[in-house]
Amino acid sequence: MAPAIYAEAMQFSVLVETRLRTGVADPQGATIERSLPALGFDGVSGVRVGKAFRFTVEAADEAAARAEVDDMCRRFLTNPVIEDATISVAAGAPA
Amino acid sequence: MAAVVGVVVFPGSNCELDVVEAVGALGGEGRLLWHGDTSLGGVDAVVLPGGFAHGDYLRPGAIARFSPIMAAVGEHAAAGGPLVGICNGFQVLTEAGLLPGALQKNAGLKFLCRPERLRVEAGDTALSTGVDVGTELTIPINHFEGNYTCEPETLAELRGDDRIVFRYVDNPNGSVDDIAGICSAGRNVVGLMPHPERASHALLGSTDGLPLLRSLLVTAGALTG
Repeated sequence: MAPAIYAEAMQFSVLVETRLRTGVADPQGATIERSLPALGFDGVSGVRVGKAFRFTVEAADEAAARAEVDDMCRRFLTNPVIEDATISVAAGAPA
Repeated sequence: MAAVVGVVVFPGSNCELDVVEAVGALGGEGRLLWHGDTSLGGVDAVVLPGGFAHGDYLRPGAIARFSPIMAAVGEHAAAGGPLVGICNGFQVLTEAGLLPGALQKNAGLKFLCRPERLRVEAGDTALSTGVDVGTELTIPINHFEGNYTCEPETLAELRGDDRIVFRYVDNPNGSVDDIAGICSAGRNVVGLMPHPERASHALLGSTDGLPLLRSLLVTAGALTG
């Protein structure tokens, strides 16, 4: 059998957080912010509500993993008209 | 030959039969199309109905835009075919990039289900041909995410090219510039949050949706000649 060297795919755990872009009204965040003083939490401002996605991807290296997640965010996980995303990528499967 | 209006059924669609019924009452033929099919079967016009396609998971319309039939819907629109998105259908059209902007949660964070007054602002689109600009119509809305928003440049373009088709008389949901419905540059793709098919018979309390659906049949018929 001919020897063949295959690149070993690595696993990366990914956290994607999406939120409404600055300047886009966030009625959920505003409502939560207005409710907090009723519970005694004063001085809270800038409440923004978003979503978090956690998953694992296989890729050759961290740059490739990040590129794939970037593309995923742009085309599916966010609506770029109203949402932004921050992406965290770490080597290894989640604990 | 009666114009045929295909109404796409996604898992979670609603009012698709109301559209078929209203189109039939106007002398056209309404035909249900399954989202999992890849062909439109030669229909003259397409309606993406209301509802909660794919449970509205992720975002309304975000998953429906990948339904197998959407490629054919996009080709139909690119060829100038009449395409209307009602409520959830409008959300699908924005997610699919067939109309600009996005629909976010209502400013008041309430699900709104009531008749609403609209003003027709453009009379030469797939859904407003033959309807006088300035006409006021009372048509039900039924949505949580109907608050239209877009980039300032997009809004300027919509205004400049006369692509705002319907405005609310009393803005119920915070939509920018009171927008209830817009059209594509080619004017053949129209999206609106109100449900014209729910105002298509006196028994429903209003027939104000009929002139809009009649327009769809007229533009569909003109295309097939």
